[in-house]
Amino acid sequence: MTVEAPGRLRHALQAGRFVVTAELGPPRGADAGAVERKAAQLRGWVDAVNLTDNQGANVRMASIGACVLAQRAGLEPVMQLTCRDRNRIALQSDLLAAGALEIPNVLLLTGDHPHLGDHPEAKPVFDLDGVQATWLARTLRDDGVLMSGQDIAVRPSWLIGSVENPFAPPISLRGRRLAKKVAAGADFVQTQYVFDVRVFRRWLGDLADLGILERCAVIAGVGPIRSLQMLEILRSRVPGVAVPEDVVRRLRGVPADRVAEEGVRLCVETVQELRATAGVAGVHLMAFGFEHGIPEILERAGISPHRSAPAAVGGTPLATSVVSLEGDRHAR
Amino acid sequence: MARTRFYARLARFVEGRPGLYRWFTTAERMSKESLFGCRMCGQCAMPATGYACPMTCPKQLRNGPCGGVGSDGACEVYPTLRCIWVMADERSTGAGHRRDLDLLQRPVDHREQGRSSWVNYWQGRDEALWTDATTPGPGPLLHRDLGLVPR
Repeated sequence: MTVEAPGRLRHALQAGRFVVTAELGPPRGADAGAVERKAAQLRGWVDAVNLTDNQGANVRMASIGACVLAQRAGLEPVMQLTCRDRNRIALQSDLLAAGALEIPNVLLLTGDHPHLGDHPEAKPVFDLDGVQATWLARTLRDDGVLMSGQDIAVRPSWLIGSVENPFAPPISLRGRRLAKKVAAGADFVQTQYVFDVRVFRRWLGDLADLGILERCAVIAGVGPIRSLQMLEILRSRVPGVAVPEDVVRRLRGVPADRVAEEGVRLCVETVQELRATAGVAGVHLMAFGFEHGIPEILERAGISPHRSAPAAVGGTPLATSVVSLEGDRHAR
Repeated sequence: MARTRFYARLARFVEGRPGLYRWFTTAERMSKESLFGCRMCGQCAMPATGYACPMTCPKQLRNGPCGGVGSDGACEVYPTLRCIWVMADERSTGAGHRRDLDLLQRPVDHREQGRSSWVNYWQGRDEALWTDATTPGPGPLLHRDLGLVPR
């Protein structure tokens, strides 16, 4: 027996429509209103939202709880699940819960190391890695068995997502690493911030050579750099984010009060370039604290808000497309 | 260290004698610790990683690098260290074993922590540690059920 969860993201990808997803960081606090407010800003504009799992190893409301709140607010959730805080027992039980709650998409990733977050003294788990967690999810869904080999009574039916960073060394291994995740079971992948479209296209070329594009939808991560301070943080303090020199020059070349607008314009141009790139299934907007600016970015990039879908409370949304924004440093 | 019938017999002999097994495991630990930084997980992946030990990665990733590798190849958790997977890529490519990094590595069995990986290997217990990713099972859902076509 399988729990049926149709899912907008799934249908949009199936139809070959350019999807939009966005990242929604759950709040630090038992604050349902914070999720609802951000959801309201994105409703109608995205096909799905990623609810991050203690992003950057900082304590936040659990992704699964935020997913339920997002569903109630009419957005299709992508539940992020990291290996940082869970062994294989907890991973499986959370995946089963996601199935039971009709969360239509899960996204498995290794996760940031606790050293980089707000509890650096915490014990890292990393019982499985991101590839193995993806594998576990696919086995659970398609074969209906736990890692122990025991059958499960009702199979979940979520779509399985993954992440990749095309810009981190060893660059030549990045396409093949995604190939492993796809072999393990990834249906779609969301990437780290794309600021360098040239390098990104080379990676897409590797994926085409490996036959990955037929088997896995590639959703490119984008986001606006809204201040020189944010630019410096991205360049020096966020490992794995590559900001090319021409982007740096462009942002530094405008008056201080124009940096935010220039960053948004850059993001809009990147979305347009990606949309014109064969093999890109959609964009994933990461704009932490700037969720309200996402509609403007999409509108200026020529993507219309046709994704409005009054979702049924508690799940099974009916509408057309899924947009998910995967955020901060999670493309790993 | 080929797997031969001689080594399989030797491994059984060693494992059957607790004192000898302890001595043997200590010798393995000392040599592999100094050479590779071995953590004695008991199920050695190094033959498939260019002899860069994945258990020395702060996230103990056995299937390739995380996304936080610095542009210079530095580890994101301990920036003074080089990413173990950057090393694995260089070494396996240099040795003509680049394809080894495409193998799907199965999860570690933590019951083997501290036990001898040589004794395990010689007795054929490592055969299921990894599998060929190019011959996957039924394939992802989109491909199979949804007929996804690339844009």
